Amino acid sequence: MTQFVVDDLTSELEQFRGDNFAVLRALQKTQEVLGFVPDSAIDVVAKVCNVSRAEVYGVFTFYSDFKSTPPAKCIVKVCVAEACQANGSRELIDDLHKKGFDVHKGTKQGDIQMEQTFCLGNCALGPAALVNGKPVARATAKSLIAKANEEAR
Amino acid sequence: MKVFVPGDSTALSVGANEVADALVKAGAEVIRTGSRGMFWLEPLVEVETDGGRVGYANVEPSDAKDLLNGKLAKKSIGVVDEYDWIRKQQRVTFARVGIIDPVSVDDYEAHGGLIGLRKALSLPSEQIVEEVTESGLRGRGGAGFPAGIKWKTVLGASADQKYICCNADEGDSGTFADRMLMEGDPLTLVEGMIIAGIAVGATKGLIYCRSEYPHAIAVLNKAIKNAYAAGVLGKSVCGSHFAFDLEVRSGAGSYVCGEETAMLESLEGKRGMIRPKPPIPALSGLYGKPTVINNVMTLAAVPMIMANGAKAYQEIGVERSRGTQVFQLAGNIAKGGIVETGFGITLGELVDGFGGGTNSGRPIKTVQIGGPLGAYLDKTSWDLPMAYESLAAAGGMLGHGGVVVFDDTVNMAAQARFAMEFCAEESCGKCTPCRIGSTRGVEVIDKIVAGENQAENLELLEDLCEVMTDGSLCAMGGLTPLPVRSALKLYPADFGIRS
Repeated sequence: MTQFVVDDLTSELEQFRGDNFAVLRALQKTQEVLGFVPDSAIDVVAKVCNVSRAEVYGVFTFYSDFKSTPPAKCIVKVCVAEACQANGSRELIDDLHKKGFDVHKGTKQGDIQMEQTFCLGNCALGPAALVNGKPVARATAKSLIAKANEEAR
Repeated sequence: MKVFVPGDSTALSVGANEVADALVKAGAEVIRTGSRGMFWLEPLVEVETDGGRVGYANVEPSDAKDLLNGKLAKKSIGVVDEYDWIRKQQRVTFARVGIIDPVSVDDYEAHGGLIGLRKALSLPSEQIVEEVTESGLRGRGGAGFPAGIKWKTVLGASADQKYICCNADEGDSGTFADRMLMEGDPLTLVEGMIIAGIAVGATKGLIYCRSEYPHAIAVLNKAIKNAYAAGVLGKSVCGSHFAFDLEVRSGAGSYVCGEETAMLESLEGKRGMIRPKPPIPALSGLYGKPTVINNVMTLAAVPMIMANGAKAYQEIGVERSRGTQVFQLAGNIAKGGIVETGFGITLGELVDGFGGGTNSGRPIKTVQIGGPLGAYLDKTSWDLPMAYESLAAAGGMLGHGGVVVFDDTVNMAAQARFAMEFCAEESCGKCTPCRIGSTRGVEVIDKIVAGENQAENLELLEDLCEVMTDGSLCAMGGLTPLPVRSALKLYPADFGIRS
């Protein structure tokens, strides 16, 4: 991270200065601002919240929302939990795999990244997905890729 | 013309926003509401008439003009309140969901909101706690602990600060009642939390909502902002001497943070690791202070209990399961959505009666009740009354009231394996039975399915399940054996076991 970005991030995190209970919120804010949490941002959060780097790193690795690399333009979250399995999500995941997306690993291809998630609360019209935060019902590999392409444009 | 279009996530997933846009363009006055919880009809658009709100099902943007000109009779379901599916329910907590503008305090009050809060403000703390205890309200998150007793413990604790924490980390697959209430009538939750605050002497509330619910978080924040502006929240709640502040915190994609002590750790900005109990959160919770932790549905039931009295709530239900339960029909089901009714309705009435069987049209093979940690049941349980006691007696649990239906194409060995896999993925890692047991569980199930030393491995799996059940610190590892054992017991053939 350049000094410019560090200063910028530090000022965004000013509200959490000295608050060792704010590590998670500071990381969430970091990801909101930068799109991901680069390794150097871990130090910034540690300094602001007045905790060790190890503590921040521990929180960062615990939660699946955090990304260590820049995200694709469009992030598709595909539900892989039971209610969607009952509606064919296992087949959907296989279909996406054939198109080069391993949702379990969060494969990125060009502007699209497909990730797994456990339940989006849309459990009667599955398979459910979120395409850049927009809910999709009865998802198919084709519909998801088309919607993602639209979002990435 | 006044037209109501749901802004609920499920409605959005089938194009409600596009429909709303088209209706605005066609000249309608569009009001966004929550959803009535009849998902197979979404987008369900309602038009105000003298006889009540008339519903139009599966509306598409191209229907906008016809709808406004009264030419869409083919999609009409008549007056929504008189629609059989709704009429047969007993909506108490969900009374306003799908009807009001979720973020309007005026609309909320016009539909009976704030009556419970005003009553609570006129009562001594002990009497509010007494009312909630008498209502028989039990924790709707899954454990079913009596809410009044928890509140009494917090009331009795002395501290300079106490907290009300709402667990809105609705991670169980097949559950969405919390989400729908937060998107459709969040002020009921806000009111319930303030009443809890008055009852136990807490002036700060936090709602821990999962990040998978971005729409719910947005609606909650708007509703809270409006509640502050209307003087419902803040230094003087409804003009009283009582203060209450409320904020929303977002989770970050961890299932185990729905466990109350892991949630507290997460609220304190740490890894969501389970805390051993005791001390119980009621005495030493958030920042070590006395804390009420209740699920969204529990807190949202409180305003109605205060407004109508404990007796009215207590009269509904069976045995020690009092009041209504918001059942969620999910998975492969023809008519999925919300069924709020008194405890005691049978599983068959829910799945066949309300749900109309599978969506695929194939026979039902199994249902899973209570989320990923709940048992699989088959048709022999169709007469089982849905209540805490009867489900526990049948070897299952009600959990958060989710019912997930599977047709006959499901492979139960794969479902059992997934239960272990999910536990391995989401375990916080604090205790060994859960952290290691879940990984070993996947391996043993694979060996059984492959026919490798089947008898020995079955014994090993049973042993493992026992250790996880008895030795885990929380429900994550402790209940994962429930779906595994029930699948194995009911469907041995799927595991390649010859009887």
